[in-house]
Amino acid sequence: MAKTSDVLGEQQLGVPAEQELFINMGPQHPSTHGVLRVLLKVDGEVVTDAKADIGYLHRCFEKIAERRTVTQVIPYTDRTDYLAAITSEWAFVMAAERLMDVEVPERAEYIRVIVGELQRIASHLIWFGTFALDLGATTVFLYAFREREKLLDIFQKLTGARMLYNYLRIGGARNDLYDGFADDVRRFLDDLEDRLHEYHTLFTGNRIFESRVKGIGVLSAEDAIKYGASGPVIRGSGVPYDVRKAHPYSVYHRFDFGIPIGKDGDVYSRYLVRMQEFYESIGIVRQALDQIPAGDFIGKVPRRMRLEGDAYARVESPRGEVGVYIVGRGEENAWRVHYRSPCFTHLQLLGPLGVGGLVADMVAVIGSIDIVMGEVDR
Amino acid sequence: MYEWLLGTGMSQSLANIIMGVLKSLIIIVFLAVSALILVLMERKVAGRIQNRPGPNRLGPGGMFQTFADAIKLVSKEDVVPSGADKAVYILAPLVIFAASVALWVVIPFGPNLVVQDLNIGLIYLAAVTGINVLAFLMAGWSSNNKWSLIGSMRSAAQLVSYEIPLVLTLVAVGMMAGSLRLGDVVAAQQGGIQNWFVFPQIIGFIVFVVAGMAEANRKPFDLPEGESELVAGYNTEYSGFRWAVFFLAEYANLIVFSALATTFFLGGPSGPFLPPIVWFFIKTYAVIFVTMWIGWTLPRIRIDHLMNLGWYVLIPLALINLGWTGLYVLWRG
Repeated sequence: MAKTSDVLGEQQLGVPAEQELFINMGPQHPSTHGVLRVLLKVDGEVVTDAKADIGYLHRCFEKIAERRTVTQVIPYTDRTDYLAAITSEWAFVMAAERLMDVEVPERAEYIRVIVGELQRIASHLIWFGTFALDLGATTVFLYAFREREKLLDIFQKLTGARMLYNYLRIGGARNDLYDGFADDVRRFLDDLEDRLHEYHTLFTGNRIFESRVKGIGVLSAEDAIKYGASGPVIRGSGVPYDVRKAHPYSVYHRFDFGIPIGKDGDVYSRYLVRMQEFYESIGIVRQALDQIPAGDFIGKVPRRMRLEGDAYARVESPRGEVGVYIVGRGEENAWRVHYRSPCFTHLQLLGPLGVGGLVADMVAVIGSIDIVMGEVDR
Repeated sequence: MYEWLLGTGMSQSLANIIMGVLKSLIIIVFLAVSALILVLMERKVAGRIQNRPGPNRLGPGGMFQTFADAIKLVSKEDVVPSGADKAVYILAPLVIFAASVALWVVIPFGPNLVVQDLNIGLIYLAAVTGINVLAFLMAGWSSNNKWSLIGSMRSAAQLVSYEIPLVLTLVAVGMMAGSLRLGDVVAAQQGGIQNWFVFPQIIGFIVFVVAGMAEANRKPFDLPEGESELVAGYNTEYSGFRWAVFFLAEYANLIVFSALATTFFLGGPSGPFLPPIVWFFIKTYAVIFVTMWIGWTLPRIRIDHLMNLGWYVLIPLALINLGWTGLYVLWRG
């Protein structure tokens, strides 16, 4: 009797050649970052075909968003990209603000930039740790989590939550920065800079690491554009596309920051891009802390929010371009919400990037495009 | 004791059998205790390297944590997967355990502290380490799991290709000592640190440590069970006591390899002031500590790079070492 996995594999990838084998990588697998299932056709250890099977974490976010008032939806947006909750919230509230022409006070915009960039650091720290873990370097994982822990303490003090913050509101943020926030953050950033140096000495120049990632999973610039990649994935291929620069939102135009890009489009380039983004984010947060004006942390918003018309907003999340499209028909809840997820778009790259490599390379590729399954399935 | 047994009027063959059983029991108990210590040591060392305390709840400094783990493993339900080849599945852990116990037959803990100082000790070691491959293949094949199968294929490829440099370094050691008996190897290194083989055999030592870590499936060469790639490799389907036996065998292999490194290159049990057996364990555990240190720092190597390292780097190095040893022995006279 044929095994279920083989039947599914044949449906998806076709009948295997004589020496080929189907393997199910996931949904329960240590390095698929949640419940991703990758159907692999392998010849020995060489991957000859690969297809991602998703849907294990589908929670009907878009449908739920139609049945709740806009304010009530914000906690749900946290749960899409749960490693970068702030940026998902940001895209959603920004779309709602554009739809209703809500003014956001300047201080609120600065708060958003600060927490958004800190969120990017937190998310990249997780990526760094898990990516190293995928490559078998267990120690790096705990080092990265040590720093993230300090950052989460700051978030906890600010928002009351460590992961799913529910912090941004339409028109601003839920509460103002607490006294001493700037000092806490500055101390953390100084510390992080030292630690990043430590990470580089521990991991970046390592011969084994370099042999595992250089020239693996090469994505050309044309392909990256064709597949609709964004974030560190497209920048790793040498395309300087960053929503913060290409379609400036909030107060990003006031800050001086660069867009790190990679040369080769391989796993190593994407790694280096993310590692440099740490420094860029640190720079942005420092500038924002210096410039932040006094004022309100939330603007004037109508008591009853009626959504009329449509609006689209996009932000640069740690994983790429997150877009939220809201259509309203004069009611308090949206008529339709669409969430554009970078991870979903990047997941289709698994096949092109992973085929021809070994199973171990597949793991490196999955790690390098930084998948969060909560965002893929929504 | 042997004489005492004969003195009670026992026949020689019966006395031999009783002595053999006793000695193997001692070895098994020794291995079990070493594994308990090593698991704790591994977790403590890993913890310190990773900026955390490691197990620290049960007993002073978490000393009894491994006992608790062992009790848990032993008391777990014995599961054989429905599609498994039952006989082979059950046999595999026994084979690997027997192989790792058998290695200890020739290792000298101290003067006269050896189960059987065979005059072909080096050849015996090379032969017995080969049995591991068989056990991995049996486990991977019989589990009826594709990850297990890939894991066992990897381990076969890895162990076979790292056996060659390992054996080549053993040959060089044999040339240095002029004997294949481990007791003679130790005797040739007596008389102070300058006589240790590690100095004339520095290339051999490095090759031996790298190949030995690969043989013992230590990180960064833990490909047969590379967790983030193969779930758990050849022992994916094993649980409870059978898995514990694999685990035990793995640590037994680690301590065997370290003991061999000590015996061949670091003077074995010789040393000043302290009794020989203490020196033996100090050196062995020092080697183990270094392998843990390396393992918890480096990322896992990829299977094809592993093969390249074995065939293109270690084997040529081992051959060069062999040639150098020949010249050295000639020059020494």
